[in-house]
Parts: sequence; structure tokens; C-alpha cells
Amino acid sequence: MSTTTETSQQSPRPQRSAASGNTLKAGQLPSWSRAATLAGSLAVSAVIFLVAGWNWVPVLLVAALLFLVAHSAWTFAVEGRRHGQDAFWGTVVWMAFLLALIPLVSIVWTVVANGAPTLVRPGFLTHDMAGVTGVQDRLAQRGGDLAGGIQHALVGSLLITLAATVISVPIGLLTSIWLVEYSRGSWLSRTITFLVDVMTGIPSIVAGLFAAGIMMVFFEWQSGGISGGRQTMGITAAIALSVLMIPVVVRTTEEMLRVVPNELREASYALGIRKWRTIFKVVIPTAISGIASGVTLAIARVIGETAPILVTAGVATGTNWNLFHGWMMTLPVYIYRQLVNPTAPAAPDPSTARAWGAALVLIIVVMGLNLLARVIARRFAPKTLGR
Amino acid sequence: MSKRIQAKDVNVYYGDFLAVEGVNIEIEPRTVTAFIGPSGCGKTTFLRTINRMHEVIPGAHVKGEVLLDNDNIYESGVDPVNVRGLVGMVFQRPNPFPTMSIRDNVLAGYKINGRRLSSRAADELVEKSLTGANLWKEVKDRLDQPGSGLSGGQQQRLCIARTIAVEPEVILMDEPCSALDPISTLAIEDLIEELKEQYTVVIVTHNMQQAARVSDRTGFFNIAGTGKPGHLIEYDDTEKIFSNPSNKQTEDYVSGRFG
Amino acid sequence: MSETTVTPPETRNKLTGGGSAGRAGDKIFSGLTLAAGILIFVVLAVVSLFLVLEALPAMTAAPDQITSHQSFWSYVAPLVVGTLIASAIALVVATPIAIGVALFISHYAPARISRTVGYVVDLLAAIPSVVYGAWGYLVFGPALVPGYKWLHENLGFIPVFGQPSATGRTLLTASLVLSVMILPIITAQCREIFIQTPSLHQEAALALGATKWDMIRAAVFPFARNGIISAIMLGLGRALGETMAVTLVLSAGALTPNLIGVGNNTIPAEIALNFPEAFGMRQSELIAAGLILFVITLLVNMLARWIVSRYSEFSGAN
Repeated sequence: MSTTTETSQQSPRPQRSAASGNTLKAGQLPSWSRAATLAGSLAVSAVIFLVAGWNWVPVLLVAALLFLVAHSAWTFAVEGRRHGQDAFWGTVVWMAFLLALIPLVSIVWTVVANGAPTLVRPGFLTHDMAGVTGVQDRLAQRGGDLAGGIQHALVGSLLITLAATVISVPIGLLTSIWLVEYSRGSWLSRTITFLVDVMTGIPSIVAGLFAAGIMMVFFEWQSGGISGGRQTMGITAAIALSVLMIPVVVRTTEEMLRVVPNELREASYALGIRKWRTIFKVVIPTAISGIASGVTLAIARVIGETAPILVTAGVATGTNWNLFHGWMMTLPVYIYRQLVNPTAPAAPDPSTARAWGAALVLIIVVMGLNLLARVIARRFAPKTLGR
Repeated sequence: MSKRIQAKDVNVYYGDFLAVEGVNIEIEPRTVTAFIGPSGCGKTTFLRTINRMHEVIPGAHVKGEVLLDNDNIYESGVDPVNVRGLVGMVFQRPNPFPTMSIRDNVLAGYKINGRRLSSRAADELVEKSLTGANLWKEVKDRLDQPGSGLSGGQQQRLCIARTIAVEPEVILMDEPCSALDPISTLAIEDLIEELKEQYTVVIVTHNMQQAARVSDRTGFFNIAGTGKPGHLIEYDDTEKIFSNPSNKQTEDYVSGRFG
Repeated sequence: MSETTVTPPETRNKLTGGGSAGRAGDKIFSGLTLAAGILIFVVLAVVSLFLVLEALPAMTAAPDQITSHQSFWSYVAPLVVGTLIASAIALVVATPIAIGVALFISHYAPARISRTVGYVVDLLAAIPSVVYGAWGYLVFGPALVPGYKWLHENLGFIPVFGQPSATGRTLLTASLVLSVMILPIITAQCREIFIQTPSLHQEAALALGATKWDMIRAAVFPFARNGIISAIMLGLGRALGETMAVTLVLSAGALTPNLIGVGNNTIPAEIALNFPEAFGMRQSELIAAGLILFVITLLVNMLARWIVSRYSEFSGAN
């Protein structure tokens, strides 16, 4: 270990004030030093703030840098080089955390603060955008009521995600069962594992291109040359999402099945139970909580996808319940369209308000699914110890 | 019930590696036979060939014959699943199915295989099997609780109940007490004594006192060194093996000189 | 049961009878699972074949057939460069912070809050990209405008700080939004690895009188190196393929070294902006661009795997 090389270079600890108090505390900074340094740095930058008239962002930056330098230098001077380094990197880690907090808090705050007023409006969840025109939005910008809602997007998201789940879960589940229970490490299993890895890396927009293209080819073949844009429909988007979802389902299920102890399989075989029944009645029930929570997380991931749906299901203003015909709206695409193509280009505020409302709904849905996954994982995990 | 087991020139391979060589043995019905020997000598491997459980390990295969009464379990066309229905197995660590209740654990062999039982027949079977495993009195009031909530010794007896519920002819036990405390071990040993009234019992154990206590006949396995195949060195009445073995290696082993 | 001790072949072995129905069940089920695996194989083959077939017309077309009247390669090169620059900046910004946050959660934070923080990071990784895009477009971009102005005034002699955008919708903003997006992803992965560092190694280091930082350098980083690399690569893959954040944030244009002004574009954003209205050759161009993006992410994944396998024997993670 490289620590030892550091130790040899360490200067002997100064034995100051050995007479008073605990000798083990000798040569250490007093416990208030960190707070004092912090206060000092803030004070210095506050002075700069008053004198130079900077705004608060550079002031905080200066304060942070001052604290970092002062705190590590003081520790270095009193406690030695290694402790100085320790103080430096410890401070850096804390600052990284605080820095990361800024944008993340800002995002959550923006969405909640801007979205909540829209969300509580009656009709936002139950109306679609059919018949909403720039006239209404110009009125709304001048203080009228906000027209329109996200019903069509909710319906679209629900149907498309549901269809994607119905396609991917059986395929993903069966594939991982084959990989874990039947393949016995053959070249085919290595190939499939590799392909699943490759699939994990497919950019979502490419998955969208693929689904759009494959359906286009299908309709061209069916009607002899012209697809006529019929490939733009809900099920095409569901196929695109399946391409993204299948590898996630395979990976998590595989992991969960491998965790099931072999002892249980052997116990079942020893009772004269067939392999496929063993898999269905012993292996899968034991792993089901992990599988279900993995599937829920996969759903949460694809429900927020925008790009693949934009190129496969298009955009719509009305509610469409038919996956196999016509354009369909989903929540993420709705947010995108409301921002980029406001209903009234001269009065974009109502559209922006609707976008934030939809974003809040989307975040609530995604967070809800994540929480659900946790609850499933914890609640339905097989009991290994008695109650 | 209860069948005679006969092994003829059994060689067990893991891939190309010969793990056990040339085992010939005849095990009488309604007896308890113990396999003893140092670690890695192939006693567990051989035990698993009696109900073809070794096939779970990729590459493992057997040459030779194992007869149950007169039927060779390795004859082509024999379904290992049928063999395992006749030859049950109890494992080293108790392994009740964690997702099932005590009752469902006992009925697992029926329920999972999709065989229908009337609820009266099921109740009777549960009581009979748990009684047979000396567990009925302890669990009869909590049959619907998870089997994993029992103590280790109770779990192992639940596994035995699960095994006898499918009414096998032979019960194999692979170090069934090695994960248990002394009191639970005693309970299992008493149970083995009772089981031999109905079943042929074969038990692998590391514990020579246990072999001496429970078994009628004892087989001693040994290997010449790592990488060499295991052999059945001596097979005789338990009393003779522990008091007056005919083979030098056996004598060294039972008197504690190695292993 | 016969009385002979040797079973001659072809006698009625009672064990061979019955069970054929059950055996069929086993065969059918294993066949079904294999079919699912092969379906994945086929789907991926079809994806690749389709992308190549649809992309070929654009890749081989004469310059005057391409929408922008230049060869396909000179059309796509700036997009590739834009994609790479955006991802590189995102990665450079996000990686150190993510490792810091992961260390904070695993080793520095008080035990009570570290669980909560880890959980919050997981949730942030789940926020849909369109929300990050909306935030970058309406909040973060405008907030950066004064900073860009300052950079141009004081460091304007560096080409990357050219004429600043008035809206903040620039490639640098997009890169920073990307870095905010991949931060939770890299953090979550690194934290997993850091937590798994054997406490034996850590305690050994501490028992030698190491400070916390010495211990992290001696025990945690060597153990976690592979994990960190794959976390970074995961983040890179995400950044390369990320569409909506860039599409919303960036006011796209021609390739320019000026990162704080209008201009530049990435492949995913180019596809998302144009595919819905595209047909014929234009569609082929966009699919060809998608194919190139696919190849780049594939290479990144392979590289990650190669690095991890190359160093795995030294990692101590076994």
C-alpha cells in the first residue's frame, strides 16, 4: 500500500502545550478552527461583495476557494503534510456535494413552483388540446383562464408504455431464463449476453429511427411502394421503447435469477419435479420481487423518453385511444412541443405553463414508479428469517 | 416400499476428470448405510449418482450401472425425473422453499408437479408426513406460516417431511446434520432410526460417531491424492468397520490417524 | 421385477415408462426461452441491417443530391464534432464532481443523511431528459448569459469565448445540462463500488495510521478503478445519445469554435429536429447520421469493456 511511503516522509508531530490537557490532543487544530475559517472566508468575500458590487455567484465562489485554501493551509501548518492533504480533499468532497446540489435543487424547485399552479387548475388532467387555439392563449396571457390540458398525452403515455411492457417483459424474461437456466455457458449464450450489452448502448433516438423505419418498410411492402405515413402510430413507438426496455429487463432478471440459491433448484429436482415447473414454481417466485422492481424501473425509464416517440408516434392535439392508427401524444413530447411550438407564438406563456404542469405530472409519475419499485423489492422479498 | 440399490462398476466423471472409480456396492432395503471418508473422496459425488442429481452439474456423467431392485437408472430412455421421484434427497443445509408456507413445502412435490389432491387428502398427507418427520406437534398450529421461519433443525425435518411426502423408495442424505446444533442433530438421528422401517436410507457424514450411532452398514471412501479418483475402500457392517476393519486405510481413518 | 441380477437390454425397465408428457413440457419451455434469446439476436441484426441499407443511399450519393448540396461526409462531420465536444465537456465537468459526491455519500456524510442522499441521487437519475431540457432552456441558459458576457469581455481572445449568445442557448450550456444529467448516473455507479470496498482493506489502512484521504487513496480507489471507468463510460454513452436536452437547449447552427454563441449541433438533435418532416434522401441522410452515432456509442462501450478487462487482474476486486 502506498500509504507507507507517505508515513516515512511525515514530519514528527510538534509536541506543543503538552502540559495542559490531554497529550493525545497535542499538535491538533482546535475544534473551532473549521468554523472560524469558514466565517472568515465568508466575511472577506462579503466585503468584496460590498466594495466591488459583484453578484452573489462569484462571491460564493471566492468564499469557497478562500475556505479551501485557508483551511488546508492552517491544517498543514499545525498538523503536517498528510493531515493538510486530508483536510484539502475532505473539503473538496464536501464542496462537490454542495455544488451538485445547486442544479438539482434548482430543477426540482423550478418544476414544482412552475408546475403546481397549472396542475391544480380544474380540467388540466381531463381536457386535451383539441380546439385550443392561439386566440384562447392570447386571452390567457392577458389574465384569462388557461385552456386545454394533458388528457391526450396521459392516454398516449399510458397506452404506449403499456404496449412496450407487454412486448418486452415476456421476451426479456424468457431470454434471461434461457441464459441462466438452460444455456450452460455456450457460445450462443455469450453472444446473446454481448448483444444485450450492445442493445443497452443503443441511443434512444436510434431506437426510434429503427422502429419508424421497420414499420415503414412493412407498409411499403404491404401496399406496394408507398407507406403513406401510416407507420406513425402508437404501436411503432411501443416497438421503439421495447428496443430500449428489453435489455434492461434481461439484465435485471438475469441478476435476480442468479441470486436464487442452487440449493432450492436441487431441492426441487430431488422431489422429482421437472425443470420447467421448478423454474415457474420455485425459482421465479423466489426472484419475483427483484424482477418486478426491475421491470418497474425499466417502465419508469422509458415513460420519460421523448426522442424515439417524436419520430415514431408524431404529435397530436386530440385524445387517441387506438394504438394501431393515427398519431399519438405522450407527456414528454407534449412538454417538448409546448415549449418549442407554442400554441400562440406571440403569447407563449400559457404554453410554457402547460409544459411545466406536464413536467410536474411526468416527474410525479416517474418518482411514483421508482418508489413503487422500492416498495415491491422490500415488501415482497421472500422472508429468510421468521417473523 | 423400499428398494435394494446395486451399483456395478460405477465411474463418475466431471468432464474428462474421473472423480470416482469402480464402485461396486449392494445396499439392502430397510437399512441405514453410512458413507464416511475424508473431504473430497467422492462420497457425496457417488451419493448424487444414485438419484442422478449429479447431472445438474454441467459435464458430469456416469459409466456403469446403478440398479434399483432390477431396473438400471442409467438405461437409455430412463427419465431422471422419474428416478428422483423414487429416490429422494436431503441436503447439507436445510433448504425449505422460502416463498411457501410449511404446509405448501410439504406438498411441494405434488403441487408443483401439477398433481391434484383433494383438500382432505392433502391435509392427511401433510399430517402423515410431518408426523413421520417428528415435526407435527411443533408446527401443527402454524402450518400457514413461512417454512423459513423455523429453526435450523426444524427446517431440516421439514425438508425430510417434504421428501417422504412424495413416498420415495430410498432416501439419500448428504451430511444432513452438519449445519445443525447437537440437540437438532439428535432429533434427526432419532428420525433416521425410524425412517429405516420404511425406507432404504443412505447417509453421507463427516462425523464418525454419527455413522456408528445410526447406521447398520458403513462404506469407507478414500483417495490416493488430489487429482486421483475416489474409491470405495471397504464396505461392511458398521460394527466391524469401527471395531475390526479388514483394510489398513480404514483402520487408520476410524482410529483418527488422518482425515 | 425379475429375479435376474443383470438387466438385459430391452427388458421392461419400469423406470422408462410414463412421463413423456412432462418431458415434452420441458422441451417446449426450453425451446421457448431459446426462441426469445434468438429473437433478440434477430432484432439486433435487423436493426443494423436496416440502418445500413437505409443509410447507404445517402452515404454514396453525389453532393448535389444531398439536401445541403455537399457530400454526405462534409454534412455529417460537423455534427460528429459537435456531439463529441458536447459529450467531452459534459464528461470533464461531471466526472470529478460525481466522484466527489459518491465519496461524500460513501465515506464523508454523516451516516444518517448518507442513505437519504444516496436515495435522492437515484431519484434524480430517473428524471426524464425532457425536464432537464426544459430547465436548461428556460432557467439555466438565461442564468448563464451574464457569465458568458464576462467570459467574452475578459477572455475573449480565446476562440471558444467568442460573441456571446443573448439567450444562453449555446453548446456550452447544452454540455453543462448534459453534465448535470449524467452526474447522478455516474454518482450512483461509483457509490455502489465505493460502498463495496472491503472494509478489511480500509481498516488495515486506518490501523496503519492513515488519514481518511490516505485510506481512500490506498484502499478505495484501487479497488474501485474499474467501476469508475465503467461508470464514466456509461455516462459518456448517455451523453452521446442524449437528444432532448440538446434539442431544447441548443440554438443550432453551423460548426463554430465559439462555445458560448449561437451555432453547433449534435447528431441526435439534428435527427430529432428534422426527422418528422423528412422523406426520401433527407430521411436517408438522417438515418445515416443515426448509424454513425450508433457506431460511436458501440465503440465507446467496447473501449470500456476492453479497459476493464485489461486492468481487471490488478484491481483487487476479486
